[in-house]
Amino acid sequence: MISVTIEKIGLVAQGINNWQEATALLQSETDYQGGELPLLKPSMLKPNERRRTTRTIKIALQAAEEALQDLDNNESLASVFSSSEGDLDIIDQICLALTEVGRPVSPTQFHNSVHNAPAGYWSIGAGSRQGSSSLGGLDGSFATGLLEAAVQSVVEQIPVLLVCYDQPPPELLQPFMPIDEPFSIAMLLNAESDASMARLNLSTLPHGTESRLSKPALETLRLSAPSARSLPILEAIAQNRSASITLPYLPGLNLQAELQPC
Amino acid sequence: MTPLSITHFTLTNALGCGNAASLEALRTGRSGLQPCDLENVDLSTWIGRVAGLEDMPLAGKLSAYDCRNNRLAQLALQQDEFLPAVKQAVERYGSDRIGVFMGTSTSGIATTETAYRTRDKGALPAEFTPRYTHNIASSSHFVRDCLGLNGTAIAISTACSSSAKVFAAAYRYITAGVCDAAIVGGVDSLCLTTLYGFNALDLVSTEPCRPWDAQRNGINIGEGAGFAILEKPQDGDSYPSLIGYGESSDAHHMSTPHPEGAGARHAMQQALERAALEIGDIDYINLHGTATRSNDASEDSAVCGLFGDQTPCSSTKGFTGHTLGAAGITEAIFALLCLQDGLLPQNLQTEQQDDSLGANILLDQGRRELRHVLSNSFGFGGNNCSLIFGAAA
Repeated sequence: MISVTIEKIGLVAQGINNWQEATALLQSETDYQGGELPLLKPSMLKPNERRRTTRTIKIALQAAEEALQDLDNNESLASVFSSSEGDLDIIDQICLALTEVGRPVSPTQFHNSVHNAPAGYWSIGAGSRQGSSSLGGLDGSFATGLLEAAVQSVVEQIPVLLVCYDQPPPELLQPFMPIDEPFSIAMLLNAESDASMARLNLSTLPHGTESRLSKPALETLRLSAPSARSLPILEAIAQNRSASITLPYLPGLNLQAELQPC
Repeated sequence: MTPLSITHFTLTNALGCGNAASLEALRTGRSGLQPCDLENVDLSTWIGRVAGLEDMPLAGKLSAYDCRNNRLAQLALQQDEFLPAVKQAVERYGSDRIGVFMGTSTSGIATTETAYRTRDKGALPAEFTPRYTHNIASSSHFVRDCLGLNGTAIAISTACSSSAKVFAAAYRYITAGVCDAAIVGGVDSLCLTTLYGFNALDLVSTEPCRPWDAQRNGINIGEGAGFAILEKPQDGDSYPSLIGYGESSDAHHMSTPHPEGAGARHAMQQALERAALEIGDIDYINLHGTATRSNDASEDSAVCGLFGDQTPCSSTKGFTGHTLGAAGITEAIFALLCLQDGLLPQNLQTEQQDDSLGANILLDQGRRELRHVLSNSFGFGGNNCSLIFGAAA
């Protein structure tokens, strides 16, 4: 069993600007109403770097920035970035360019096409020279990132930033990739903490059924993006209650999260 | 750190299938590079291509995963009695207690390129199944299924450090008790995205690459796959081992390394600290050494800043090309082969070392007993990983 604390959270989704708004929603009796995606404008990058970034990079950085807003030790954080599909706009544009005469692939798009592009921009913006891992895990992307970040924190005894993010695919790829809504969740994990929101005990569990949300629109949001599979954990944290949550992880294997509020 | 035994390993790349082909090439100075003849590519460059992948479709229950990248992974798994070794490990630990840790940069993106090229009335073909091919996790899911494992699995994609970082991840999962043993691996295959992408950055050489050479002018892209089994050491073991790792970020620029190699140096320093070794204990450094002007200069600065100018170094990119997400595992296994064989491989194709670079580059191969070898892997996004391997006791 892996035991870590959650110290900070950042969140961006349609109609949800930040973790504070998410908390209010998850505590209330009313269901999710949707809405506009907040303006994505992470301030950690210099304007020349920000110009080169995409909506995928920005949604990852915006949640990260919120989770770390009160901290002054960003340079000491290791990081784990997890995304089911990475930056599909760039994949789309590069694959289109490859069908054209002269194959006019954009150099900036190519270097942004690496799966660790958001992590690279984050390390530049935060000034962190610590290790950084970028993962993909299809529908299990959140559980994959959470387990990796927790293991890093426990074994290396360091605080780890986890960011899990998705953007819906561009038109050509939509029929093939089940991401309907943009979503980005960031968590600061630490093995031990004096100021945490909750403690998570993680273990893998064969089979079982993934935890669902009782409100229909919120449950639809949970299923709209792999990163939104984090919502049952977020709901329990917002409601300050203990919970036993089953997250989709791998074929035939779930990640079990026992959550206790601190 | 407590070392982990590397009880089995295998490697496939342009030098051939299996460890023996790679070792023979390293010993004799035979390059696997060839003029680029990949279908639908009109670039004048050299590549490190694995022969025959076009005629090796995945069959049976694995056929959904069929793509160049997973074919290459399967071909590599079939060499060096690796599959029987996994079977033995399953008998020892159970199929749910062996983790899979895969590194890949572009996974099966070639399938997506083909889907875009063969659009029908503007739409991608209905038989396109990117979750089994293009997706980063396709590689780890495929290997997990192919080996009949049902425990933890992870796919790391940090560009050219991807399959070096799998060693660090596996060490942590075993230490934390998430699994008892690990299959670590990496696979990346030739595709238009990387060939034309690196070309757009003016980083592709029209000649066989020459790391550290005064006249070096870019990379050759290669493909490859490799796998290793990591286990906790048992009394009486006589296996080489993973004894140190370091991971860092440059925090500098997306595609240009830090000019003084600060992040690279930090990764090597961490690896030395974990291994509890001094700089004089490292007998050979397998450089990342891509042969671009800025990458080699940055790494040279980092290596010389930490080790001085005595430690024997070479880049083996002149043998295999730059296998990108598979570079980490490829060069980790080169390190293991060199430890076993007492071989210091030459920095192939390099004629005259750049005067401004100070590392002790091996223009000719050497032979001597090796105890500890360090391998560097650095990627876009400023993502760095250094590994140290120790010889079998």
